[in-house]
Amino acid sequence: MKSTSVSTTVGGSGAEGAAARSGIDWLLIAAIMGVIAACVNVLLFTPTELRQGLAQKIFYIHVPAAITGLYFSVIPMAVVSGMYLWLKDERLDRVAESLAEVALVFVAVVLCTGPFWGKPIWGTYWQWEARLTSTLFLSFVLIGYMVMRGAIEQPEARARLSAIIGIMAGCLVPFIHLTVYMFTTLHPMPIVLTPNFNKQNLSPEMTRSFLYSLSAFLLLFVAMSRNRYRWATERDRLQALEDQR
Amino acid sequence: MSTPPHVELLYTPPGFVRDALRVARKDLLIEFRTRSAFIAAAVFAVLSTSIFRFTWEQGRVSPLVLAPGVLWVIFTFSGILGLHRSFGVELADRALDAMMASPMSRESIFVGKALANLAFVCCVQALALPAVGLFFNLPAGQFWWGIAGVSLLAAIGLVSVGTLFAAITSNTRLAELLLPMLALPFFIPVVIPAAQVTSMLMNGRPFDETIDWIKLLAAFDIVFVAASTVAFPFTLEE
Repeated sequence: MKSTSVSTTVGGSGAEGAAARSGIDWLLIAAIMGVIAACVNVLLFTPTELRQGLAQKIFYIHVPAAITGLYFSVIPMAVVSGMYLWLKDERLDRVAESLAEVALVFVAVVLCTGPFWGKPIWGTYWQWEARLTSTLFLSFVLIGYMVMRGAIEQPEARARLSAIIGIMAGCLVPFIHLTVYMFTTLHPMPIVLTPNFNKQNLSPEMTRSFLYSLSAFLLLFVAMSRNRYRWATERDRLQALEDQR
Repeated sequence: MSTPPHVELLYTPPGFVRDALRVARKDLLIEFRTRSAFIAAAVFAVLSTSIFRFTWEQGRVSPLVLAPGVLWVIFTFSGILGLHRSFGVELADRALDAMMASPMSRESIFVGKALANLAFVCCVQALALPAVGLFFNLPAGQFWWGIAGVSLLAAIGLVSVGTLFAAITSNTRLAELLLPMLALPFFIPVVIPAAQVTSMLMNGRPFDETIDWIKLLAAFDIVFVAASTVAFPFTLEE
């Protein structure tokens, strides 16, 4: 957050607002504490699944991270990118940029936690099956999105072109969701985001722990996105000040 | 816009298809005269085949197991060579600005570029298919027609999404690097069913068994062609 601190010294009235925000981010701290509490709850106070044993506990990290990363980050990023192409508001571009980066963090969590479950259950860390492969490639699209942003000088062209990539990345999410239905895969079928949610086979304690974890991840997502958006705002403000000189 | 009856039109703007064909003809003419990208892609295809040939341990792995993978690696990466050139040629002398200033619609520019790229990729495929067949001693048979059909179907999807990303990355400093990085993840949904069908046909499975994969491939083609045509106009702005 180097540029944030710099911008507070060079800015005018906008910089005062930034200075007021440069203290402790209580929302982020609360979110991190929430995630830690959810992990403790999963490890100590949630029943262990009969057949899969401790490996099943990954579910409470992996699935909330996937829901947050794919459905709360990538899809809104695609929607906001589409809105940018329509409204040409640079704030929408900053939101999309922030969501892409946060989405990459959560998709990375999904890709890193999956193998810890896969090794004891499948006998292998990685399988080249449809859902894993498509999620891996979504993460490459998000990395490409960020590399591309760094490779375009003009802010308008950067925002416009990255909005197109953002929309295309959003198109991958329904495909990833449906892969388990379309292909013969090892990946378990959805038990949360499915029309049969009421008939799902989680016990009430497991459902409660899952909802705790999901809430903690969503709070972390909000805190991270807010922080990243603010950083992008300060960066653009600093750039505008430098351009004025 | 209707024309007043007293105004005689000296110039009739061509229709969408004619515009697209004109753009495609222009691109193919440039490629035919220079042959730079095609020769590069052809050499790449033959060299890759020979490299794969020397990594192949004969007797332990059947060529019918290896060949589908070799084919699709070659198709995917040699196609990118042509796609990159597609908008690279328009940057010289700001030719793209002239195209945008013309009465052609952006969509017809895209379709024209995609058609030229499709012809390019099909030519490379026409060269790579016999090269792989020859180098890997694959048997002759009717299945090659099926593979040629699937290659064409896959090429439509690859070219549509590839042309879109070529337009996007041509505006960047790292065009050569970014095009494969952005386009390859979107090639995967097309390459997976195409490679599956190729493998099944090469291993003597009946065509009926491949129908589900072909339907999936056709579905991705439709989605990618439609999405790329809609998105393309946003890549070009004065």
